Amino acid sequence: MLTFTLRRLSLFIFTMLVLTLLSFSLSFLFPGDTVINHSGQINATATELAHLNQVYQMDKSIFNQYGAYLTHILNGDFGQSMASQSPISNEIIKLLPATIELSLVALLIAMLVGIPLGFIAAIKHNKTSDNVILSLAMLGYSIPVFWLGLLAILVFSIGLGWLPSAGQISLLFEIEFVTGIQFFDILLSDSPYKWQAFRDASAHMILPACVIALAPATIFIRLSRASMIEVLAASYIRAARAKGLSFQQIIFRHAIRNALIQIIRHVGLQFANLVTIAMVTEVIFSWPGIGRWLIDSIYQRDYTAIQSGLLVLSCFIFIVHILTDFIYAALNPLARGNNHGS
Amino acid sequence: MVVLPMNFKSIFSLTIAAFVSLLTGCNEGNKLSLSERSIIYCSEGSPETFNPQLSTSGTTSDATAKQLYNSLIVYKGKNNILAPSLAKSWHVTRDGKKITFYLRQDVSFHQTSYFTPTRLLNADDVLFSFNRILDKEHAFHHVSGNQYPFFQSVKFSELVDKIEKINDFTVRFILKRNDSSFLANLATDFAVILSEEYGQILQDKNSGHEIDIFPIGTGPFKLKDYRVGSLIRFYRHEAYWQEKAKIEQLVYDISPRETSRLTKLLAKECDVSSYPIAHAKIAERSDLKLESITSLNVGYFGFNTQKEPFNNKIVRQAISLAINKQALIETVYQGQAAWAKSILPKTSWAYDKNTPELGYDPVRAKSLLEVAGYPQGFTMDIWAMPVQRPYNPNAVTMAKLIQADLKKIGVTVKIVSYEWSTFLRRLSQGEHQSFLLGWTADHPDPDNFFTPILSCSASKLGNNRTFWCNKEYDQLLENALKTTNMNKRKSYYAKAMAIINEEMPLLAIAHSKRFQARGIDVEGDILSNFGGISFYNAAKKAINNEVKNVVQPEIADKASN
Repeated sequence: MLTFTLRRLSLFIFTMLVLTLLSFSLSFLFPGDTVINHSGQINATATELAHLNQVYQMDKSIFNQYGAYLTHILNGDFGQSMASQSPISNEIIKLLPATIELSLVALLIAMLVGIPLGFIAAIKHNKTSDNVILSLAMLGYSIPVFWLGLLAILVFSIGLGWLPSAGQISLLFEIEFVTGIQFFDILLSDSPYKWQAFRDASAHMILPACVIALAPATIFIRLSRASMIEVLAASYIRAARAKGLSFQQIIFRHAIRNALIQIIRHVGLQFANLVTIAMVTEVIFSWPGIGRWLIDSIYQRDYTAIQSGLLVLSCFIFIVHILTDFIYAALNPLARGNNHGS
Repeated sequence: MVVLPMNFKSIFSLTIAAFVSLLTGCNEGNKLSLSERSIIYCSEGSPETFNPQLSTSGTTSDATAKQLYNSLIVYKGKNNILAPSLAKSWHVTRDGKKITFYLRQDVSFHQTSYFTPTRLLNADDVLFSFNRILDKEHAFHHVSGNQYPFFQSVKFSELVDKIEKINDFTVRFILKRNDSSFLANLATDFAVILSEEYGQILQDKNSGHEIDIFPIGTGPFKLKDYRVGSLIRFYRHEAYWQEKAKIEQLVYDISPRETSRLTKLLAKECDVSSYPIAHAKIAERSDLKLESITSLNVGYFGFNTQKEPFNNKIVRQAISLAINKQALIETVYQGQAAWAKSILPKTSWAYDKNTPELGYDPVRAKSLLEVAGYPQGFTMDIWAMPVQRPYNPNAVTMAKLIQADLKKIGVTVKIVSYEWSTFLRRLSQGEHQSFLLGWTADHPDPDNFFTPILSCSASKLGNNRTFWCNKEYDQLLENALKTTNMNKRKSYYAKAMAIINEEMPLLAIAHSKRFQARGIDVEGDILSNFGGISFYNAAKKAINNEVKNVVQPEIADKASN
């Protein structure tokens, strides 16, 4: 297990090094002065500029410059946003939790819907329900998310008036920022309208989360179907059946658990996909998350925000990957022997 | 090895049950009551400042003037009659040069997280507010950029000699000359009263600029929270000197995109929306209401009266007769504007419904052209403004329509357009023959239409782009300013309008309307035909009557802590 952990750690460190190298080089590739791209201080005076050149060691070799850049990053200093002139680390701390919250809820929905449907399809292999579920999955996978988001707003917000179309919570509620995860903040707040706020936040969550969940859910359907079919064909299932166990006993006690282990591996992979979808969805639903912020920064040519935002997001996704690797290893002893990261 | 819990199924169903119970929760009553006591307004932009003295932008005065502040006097009623506000009465001396205001003695300022007032409003606050604009030595004169655009445009500092404090609740303005639009200027959204005590505290803390960022006023609402580009949150001012506002919380949801304002309105995420699009869609919904008000503005087609052939009155009349105004209003304004008889809109008290009009008569236009000596017609240019303004949403289209109209009487039109600032500069140099432009009034006094657009003094400055100078017209305006008798003023202005429609230095086309949409549960006037919006009278109709006896925590209690 120790080797396994060390392997993952070294993989993490080297990937991060490559990522920082990429974001470091972006400062040179973007138009404008490199040190201003690093720091985001577009209105710096001559003395400030001289100071910046010194702390980023711009007069020394490129390796020293990279070292200085890395030191800044490790100290949590991502520079300032060129558009708002406030530290990027502050903005990210405020925005990232909203994205994490949305993605986690979407992932949960995708798993709760996708995996059971996949199992059903596998159990009814080659029957009508299997075909129906598979075609639905194909259809769901083909629908572009920006179109689906607008359609959902049109139907559920404007047409039926059931669910709100924009934002995280109604502006009437004032929730103090503590963790950034809206649901936790509501529960921690001392507002007299706590439960209303909670309900309101849930209502705001439903549409964007479902829109994001659609594509991963269809993938989960196919993954769980494939893995269940494989498990059902295994000899221990045949043995169990021969022992005279009932169909339900076979499925619930043996098949599901073994099929799930295969799926857990893919959850991490799907998470990256999901965050990408979430970025587009955040724009459509005016969700105050990091995806919308990143896309806004692209519009505003906010180079510092773009490179730091990319760095933080990719780092976040990578951490999720490693975590799922660990969970998978904890659940499946066979995987622990896998010394090489994947 | 299997790690998943044995009772996976039961935990799953428990979670679902808990979630459902949360969603359908037991707090039904409270939720309704919070939204019943609050209004969300989808506004079109962020205010530049929280002090309306510093800006003439409509967005800024919408967000600040009538919510946060009061003026000494206000316009009231349908006819825009001056009425008391912070001044309970006022007195003008016979020569019109000394104006004394007697202040109310029960007016308290906002108490917020950043300021707690220790005294009520008094004469010092009035002096502070106006001396900030007038006195170049004043500690706050240069704070926030030293720009007071409205007061500069009405030449306030040239008019006011000084302001005297007679006693704690009496203030006297001493003017250099008589000007009957002075009171009108004091009743605008821009002439608000700030707190002198707050100014002192900020000065001591050496953070004077905060006076325009964290505002303190006497208005019906106080600022709670502002996030740039996202929202403004107001709470009710509980110690307001009049009856308290009907709603406890007012939130401006800043949504610059028109489509997102529409979506939020349709999805009930805002109660009121500014400048809505898709009027027909809103009108056909039974749960929404579309309202409009004719703004104090005018879009017009002007002639350069110093240039051939428009130095001839008959040519100007002929061209005016040939223009189909109704078609312009339907096409360019999509029918969302009021027909302009003359430069003064119907909502002004000086509007005269008997003003003669030339009308649309291409046949007569042709014969007039012959009289003027142009039987074959001529070639002219029309300068169309390159930007969108409420009084003219699309000048180039309008110019094309006029081009088609004039072709029928044999006049060939070339359309000219420059970048906006170049356009204005070249116009004031008189390079044009005719032009499409407009005017938005700063205050409802009718003089604000007559003098800036068409007086001789304005033509010297280049603001009167027709360069028309009529001694009789100017004399009428002067007489109107000298008297305070409303009926006399009205008759002077009626004569002035008759002169305009006879001499035709310009053809007034339309007065545009301002639109607003709201849910049917929102009651009370919000739009006024002049100046910014006000939520003081707005309220929500109770949809659910059962919740009335629930003990409800007051929002405002929390705010004062």
